[in-house]
Amino acid sequence: MFESLSLLALQQYWWIIVSLLGAILVFLMFVQGGQTLLYTLGKTEAERTLLVNALGRKWEFTFTTLVTFGGAFFASFPLFYSTSFGGAYWVWMAILFAFVIQAVSYEYRSKPNNLLGAKTYEVFLFLNGALGTILIGTAVATFFTGSAFSVNEMNFSKWEGPAGGLEAALNLHNVSLGLAVFFLARVLAILYFINHVDHDDILKRSRKQLIYNAILFVAFFLIFLIWLLFRDGFAVNPETKEVFMEPYKYLHNLLDMPVVLVLLLAGVLSVLWGIFTSIISDSIKGIWFSGAGTVVVVLMLFLMAGFNHTAFYPSTFNLQDSLTIENASSSKFTLTAMSYVSLMVPFVLAYIWYAWKSINNKKISLSEMESDEHVY
Amino acid sequence: MNELFDLSLINWSRGQFALTAMFHWIFVPLTLGITFIVAIMESIYLKTGNPEWKKVTKFWMKIFGINFAIGVATGIILEFEFGTNWSHYSWFVGDIFGAPLAIEGIMAFFMESTFIAVMFFGWNKVSPKFHLASTWLTAIGANLSALWILVANAWMQNPVGMRFNPESARNEMVNFWEVLFSNTAINKFLHTISSAYILAAIFVVGVSAWYLIKGREVSFAKKSMIVASIFGIIFSLNTVLTGDESAREVARTQPMKFAAMEALYDGTANAPLVVIGGLTKSDDYDTHKRQDFLFKIEVPNLLSTMAFLDPNAFVPGIKDLIHGNPEQGIISTDEKIQRGKVAIAELSAYKSAKEAGDQVKSDSILAKFNDPIWLKDYFKYFGYGYYDNPHDLIPSVPISFYSFHLMVGLGFHFLALLIVIFWLTWKGRIQNNKWVLYTALFTIPLAYIASQAGWIVAEMGRQPWVIQDLMPTLTAVSQIDASSVQITFWLFAITFSALLIAELKIMFTQIKKGPEGGH
Repeated sequence: MFESLSLLALQQYWWIIVSLLGAILVFLMFVQGGQTLLYTLGKTEAERTLLVNALGRKWEFTFTTLVTFGGAFFASFPLFYSTSFGGAYWVWMAILFAFVIQAVSYEYRSKPNNLLGAKTYEVFLFLNGALGTILIGTAVATFFTGSAFSVNEMNFSKWEGPAGGLEAALNLHNVSLGLAVFFLARVLAILYFINHVDHDDILKRSRKQLIYNAILFVAFFLIFLIWLLFRDGFAVNPETKEVFMEPYKYLHNLLDMPVVLVLLLAGVLSVLWGIFTSIISDSIKGIWFSGAGTVVVVLMLFLMAGFNHTAFYPSTFNLQDSLTIENASSSKFTLTAMSYVSLMVPFVLAYIWYAWKSINNKKISLSEMESDEHVY
Repeated sequence: MNELFDLSLINWSRGQFALTAMFHWIFVPLTLGITFIVAIMESIYLKTGNPEWKKVTKFWMKIFGINFAIGVATGIILEFEFGTNWSHYSWFVGDIFGAPLAIEGIMAFFMESTFIAVMFFGWNKVSPKFHLASTWLTAIGANLSALWILVANAWMQNPVGMRFNPESARNEMVNFWEVLFSNTAINKFLHTISSAYILAAIFVVGVSAWYLIKGREVSFAKKSMIVASIFGIIFSLNTVLTGDESAREVARTQPMKFAAMEALYDGTANAPLVVIGGLTKSDDYDTHKRQDFLFKIEVPNLLSTMAFLDPNAFVPGIKDLIHGNPEQGIISTDEKIQRGKVAIAELSAYKSAKEAGDQVKSDSILAKFNDPIWLKDYFKYFGYGYYDNPHDLIPSVPISFYSFHLMVGLGFHFLALLIVIFWLTWKGRIQNNKWVLYTALFTIPLAYIASQAGWIVAEMGRQPWVIQDLMPTLTAVSQIDASSVQITFWLFAITFSALLIAELKIMFTQIKKGPEGGH
């Protein structure tokens, strides 16, 4: 079935899958957002424990999605994997460290004799929440702004500059996306708490915090998006495959792909609707609108970066070294084989849904913290 | 050619990978095995309805949770390190190597992380049968992830199912099933997971022994010991069988590693197997890296039998592999180096011809890369072309030899111990045998040592290759500053050590509290 597809169609299919994983990852980073709100929303030890446990049943999905996102990117676009990870060394190492300290913090936080003390593990969770979101957002923004690297004729890549990717943080456009992702993660976390935590005081604080974080999210997101639509983009000549700078490239991408434009707008509206209804009413369903909207918006941003003859990982050092979905991909055979593997994804989503439903059928409350035997 | 490479960068990169992999492997084998042990215990609980078994299940589940968290923490690094520190590798073979990593995520990690949540939080929320199914699925998910990463590792040891594409300057997959079902992959998977199950069995038996020494939790400890010892015995036998099969595989595909494991310098027919031995540097160590035996105990013909199922078979030694042995049809390393250089030069010539637009020349070179005979005679030795001195191609013999013998020796100790434990527990006499209990307790660290030793043989023994014969470790590394890698090395060393200490303290506390200890 996949054998009959052209190489280009497979490359596009895999760009969509990788983008979808990235989009789901951003949604699931509500866990990270929540980790930065433990002290803002939880005023007592018991309240913080409640919040930690509400997040603690979800953190592994975010983690697993990140790992799968990396693996899928490696399998489908190995030149991106080797260029970005091997070049932007310090950015990726910082992200990885942020996730290393997260993985143990839930399990060890409340255990006796845990060497570092509960506070330290809460700080670890905060660091993961802040660094994880801001750095991933900033790193993804370089898909639009470019990085200084070279790729030689053997396709071996090298970062041109001493900062190992940290220089991306000096570009305000990159940072605007990093901060937008950070505040979005906090917004989504608040919506999740509103939906899932049974505690009046936390609920009250959550609705108040939602307003502040939503304003900051919208501000940074608009800065990023408007700037993006007006900046020069990295276009690829479909005939010669030559990369060149095109004014308003990303705006053109939206106009050339009306489906992407419509879905992007619909996604943004859905995110805003989820926030809005949660502010003006007692609705607890905001997370579904904002969550689904987030997935759609991020997916569309990735499509803007890679489709319509655009270099998705541009080199500012030498435009012709930029990575496109055509020159960075795996072979046709591997993409075909992996496409069969991708058919498992709906099945995976189905069992995740079923398993979640079966253990999440009621809200989490303080009384459960006392009765349940496995508490973080 | 070696002087072109930054040796400090290569060594720190290797050091970092070894550090993170070895840390990760402290936690993984226990996870792989204890999940099945817990699943068996829960099955017995469901079958008998005896609440004692629920207590047993929940206690080991808690221990698993503590161990699992740090396994996850150390694991994420490894996946991304292929990109951060081995980016040339990631391009050169990413077309083949990336796939198992992606499948591992899609197929295994989600299964594990979904059902682990049901397992820990679902006791009072889902039906007992669904809970039991979740426990089994957690175990299966964990072991499936081991399958895919071991397939990837096996492929590095024995690259199959691919062809080189000069256009993209990389290897590309042509047969997925060959990659997945190569003998090397199957053996590596079975041998590694069985050995992990032994470690988990020894862990459960050892901790239970401690309770019996203290005169505590007697019924709990005996129940745990019965399940773990049977489980351990079955997989000890499997480890022996797959280990034997692996040895034959290594002899065939990585003869240099095989020779180093046995410190065999001069190849011979009717080769004996050294059971125990000690090495010392010989007079010509500096030129030939030769080490001699100070003492040894051998079994005649056994090495030939092990390697080729024939007591009269010739087993090549390091000297044969370096200098060649025409009688046995072994070509010298010098010759391989020359052929490798030809292959590398052809690839460069192809790239230049393409650049210059010389279609005739590029087509004629391309024809070579499509010619099976040329591929067999020249491209097969591609990686050798990066070397000048044949002796650079000898792995560390003492490390390979000692870690191999340590692993095998301890493996038989575990089997014997598990049989004794099973027998005494079955007969109800285990509490009276303090010596056996202490031996069980002190065997726990030995299980970890044996497990690490196994990986040391596999990974140090194959040096200097990341991909056997095709890609030397020194060309695989990312072009970054050695100082950056030094910094991250120490950051990892400090972070992981702190987390390990925290993990051990938490685990010892939970063990001291015992199954009645609650949260």
